[in-house]
Amino acid sequence: MAQIIDIVLLVFLCTVAVATVRMRDLFGIAMLFGIFSLLSASVFVVLDAGDVAMTEAAVGAGLTTILMLSTLAATGSRAHPRAVRWKLPLFVVTVTGAALVYATTDMPRFGDPNAPVQTHPVAKHYIETSQEETGIPNMVTPLLASYRGFDTLGETAVVFTAGIGVLALIGRRRKKDGTPVDENHGEDIRAEHHAVVRVVGKILIPAILLYACYIQAHGDFGPGGGFQAGVVFASGLMLYLLLFGVAAAARVAPFAVLERLIALGLLLYGGIGVLNMMLGGNFLDYRTLAENAKDGLHYGIILIELGVGITVAAVVTTLVFAFADHLQRGPVHRQD
Amino acid sequence: MEFFGLFNYWVFIFLMMAGFYLLLSARNLVKKIVGLNLFQTSVFVFYVSAGKVTGGTVPIQQEGITSYSNPLPHVLILTAIVVGVASTALGLSLILKIKDTYGTMEEDEIDSLDVAT
Amino acid sequence: MIEQHAIALVVVVPLLAAPLCVLTGRGRWAWTVATAAVWSSFALALHLVQRVLSEGPITYAMGGWQPPVGIEFRLDAAGALVMLVITGIATIVAPYARKSVEREVDDFRQHRFYACLLLCLCGLLGMTITADAFNLFVFLEISSLSTYALVAMGRDRRAFTAAFRYLLIGTVGATFYLLGIGFLYILTGTLNMADMAERLVQPAWDGEGLVHQTRTARAAFAFLTVGLSMKIAIWPLHLWLPNVYAYAPSAVSAFLSATATKVAVLVLLRMFYTVDGLAAPFSTLPVADTLVPLAIIGALGTSILAIYQDDLKRALAYSSVAQVGYIVLGIGLASTAGLSASLLHLFNHALMKGALFCAMGCIVYRVGSTRINAVRGVGRSMPWTTAALLLGGLSLIGVPLTAGFTSKWALVSAILEQERWFTAALMLVSSLLAIIYVGRIIGIVLLSKRPRGAPQVGEAPAWMVAPTLVLALLNLYFGIASDTSSELALRAAQALEEVAR
Repeated sequence: MAQIIDIVLLVFLCTVAVATVRMRDLFGIAMLFGIFSLLSASVFVVLDAGDVAMTEAAVGAGLTTILMLSTLAATGSRAHPRAVRWKLPLFVVTVTGAALVYATTDMPRFGDPNAPVQTHPVAKHYIETSQEETGIPNMVTPLLASYRGFDTLGETAVVFTAGIGVLALIGRRRKKDGTPVDENHGEDIRAEHHAVVRVVGKILIPAILLYACYIQAHGDFGPGGGFQAGVVFASGLMLYLLLFGVAAAARVAPFAVLERLIALGLLLYGGIGVLNMMLGGNFLDYRTLAENAKDGLHYGIILIELGVGITVAAVVTTLVFAFADHLQRGPVHRQD
Repeated sequence: MEFFGLFNYWVFIFLMMAGFYLLLSARNLVKKIVGLNLFQTSVFVFYVSAGKVTGGTVPIQQEGITSYSNPLPHVLILTAIVVGVASTALGLSLILKIKDTYGTMEEDEIDSLDVAT
Repeated sequence: MIEQHAIALVVVVPLLAAPLCVLTGRGRWAWTVATAAVWSSFALALHLVQRVLSEGPITYAMGGWQPPVGIEFRLDAAGALVMLVITGIATIVAPYARKSVEREVDDFRQHRFYACLLLCLCGLLGMTITADAFNLFVFLEISSLSTYALVAMGRDRRAFTAAFRYLLIGTVGATFYLLGIGFLYILTGTLNMADMAERLVQPAWDGEGLVHQTRTARAAFAFLTVGLSMKIAIWPLHLWLPNVYAYAPSAVSAFLSATATKVAVLVLLRMFYTVDGLAAPFSTLPVADTLVPLAIIGALGTSILAIYQDDLKRALAYSSVAQVGYIVLGIGLASTAGLSASLLHLFNHALMKGALFCAMGCIVYRVGSTRINAVRGVGRSMPWTTAALLLGGLSLIGVPLTAGFTSKWALVSAILEQERWFTAALMLVSSLLAIIYVGRIIGIVLLSKRPRGAPQVGEAPAWMVAPTLVLALLNLYFGIASDTSSELALRAAQALEEVAR
């Protein structure tokens, strides 16, 4: 059964990939990518990676597609039909692909339980010893937040960079009250005049925000945690933006506040690490946070997941708001 | 099963190369970003498939289950997915700036504008 | 406490100072935070370098989890050398940035600029110190993403296209790196570099030969090398570099040209010597045979291109690709002498390009651009800037008593040691080309007359001139007292080879 699902998914994936390459219309391409991403999320489920599937669905299929569509809304979706160059790209791709196929020929077969990945002592540690050390049923969580917690700190820093970088690029000079200094020439997006959408949307927003808090807290027991929760939380604010427009949304979550929240989340995460040093442990050794090592780990993981959640929610909101704000600013040709 | 063992990987390689080809051949900057994303997403699938054990299950502790898929690739790819969307966001905002200042997002038109100045 | 955690703090301080910069919300305060962070990072680095040189490698287990379960930080002499370069250049560029950034970046963006600069520093330092192959990818992306944002803050619209192209190539490079690491992980089951090294020389999973002899391992190193070559800008994968250096804000050009490609070189060395070291990669993989010709072609070709640029920053950028060629050439020689010459040149090149790009920034501050027509004859009214330009230029050519001379000398000796006369001759030709392009720059800035009607300019502010001069004088210092730097480079080369043995 699993194999049939697998084959069907792979056929779909290939079809979508080929269609994406051949498609001319940019809106179509962005939508196809969303579908591709969602299909790969399904493949992740088949591959037993629940957390990855959830992130791919939220971040790849959701956020990336939204950002692509908002870019196209500002730039127009027509790619010039022009003679495609294909010789050199095809050559490079063929060589790279051949190298990859060559590499796989000596690889352990798919799903082989005797592959080094499965037999190396660290795999055993993450699967078995982690239960004794942390008592957290979802093995991904202690691995993500503690054993490789430093990676996750770096990942949060990457998210932080994206948020600050996008603000540095398309952020506008703003007055004290948060309104931009220069004039808007474009249109604000909002669906306020559709009564049904507005009413349903208003009901949905609190539910989405509450669900985000559930995912944030549930990371210990099932797929979930700060990243997924942050994206879901931000999607609630996105819905608000769609219903009432940028100006209104930026009053609820002003850019200045979002920017500080981005910083605070990362600071909370890193601050825990510094606190651990002061308590006599190594950087990010949460076991120093309580008398009992297991309790300390729990506290640490909850706190850093909170930091991740804050930064991710603030960055994702900032990204979507900033792209919508750029659209509202409208076409300004600037010659430097 | 023996054949199936590598077949999965080859499909993922095909997907990677489809994205890489789009990235290299497209002149439109948005298309390039889509190509990059296709490429990266396929690499992620490839990675995660390496952690799969036949007969294993989702790495969440449950009564009566002894074989779990290795959670390490999952964690690595969680990180990589987030890094990927971060670069995409930056890339797209660069496209917005390019469109603002050049009035186009076609690579060859940008090049000819640069030569002119 | 600080002593025990110094190796972690050197990365963590800039990492946490970045959000603080954002919280201040103002350019000037952010600058203060950034400078304080960079200087403390440099102080920590000095302390660490001393300890590494006297006591040997320092290790640190992140989160208290011992490797390979947790992520390990490991600093040896090679890492110490690169760390010293990065933090040292940052320490000099930080005060320089104050005035330069005020002039070149909008005030409401400045705090974000400093946050990105700190993250870039943090990323580069992390890549230098980490002993975990995947953690390295994370730091690579931290430094890359912040670099894209920094470059795009340049004033010319070409900064956007340069940043975009760099983003595409950089991300492809990083993904290739990720693929390479993925293959190695599939073969060994671990991500810790030392652990990987041991498992690469054990029997393969299917019992046929050793792990490093499998096709998968060979392909893995091919992908790692190509991916990192994009970051190092080895010819012909250098196309992103000239515009990035030319159109980035001056402080960013100075910092990047002195650090970014160098760290990528160190990572490449780590892959060969630390990860694949036990398997003797230089005799089992065609590394040397590929790198040497590419390095030579790159050095010659881009030196010629440097002569024909009508923008001085762009000319220096092409020269950077040529100089990277020398560094790669030294690695390709696969000998202790070659490796240490390469590391010495890495150190010295940071000094010369740092000084030259800082001087360019001083000119930009007054003239607004580095196009030939704009800068003609500005040298006479900017004596200190010109002095720095001259010193940096002489060092770049490799005139005796400058830092550039010592490393080029070491490199030529290493080439001649292997009796590769032709390679040595080509290298000398490319050095002659350097005389031409440096001479042309000096000629335009100092010797030609300021055209009539062009605005007369004064010297750049002391905040910028002083750091520029410090860097220029360091070229002289390390040219005369070359024992210190040569010793450090030799120790670094030995440290890399020791792991291999």
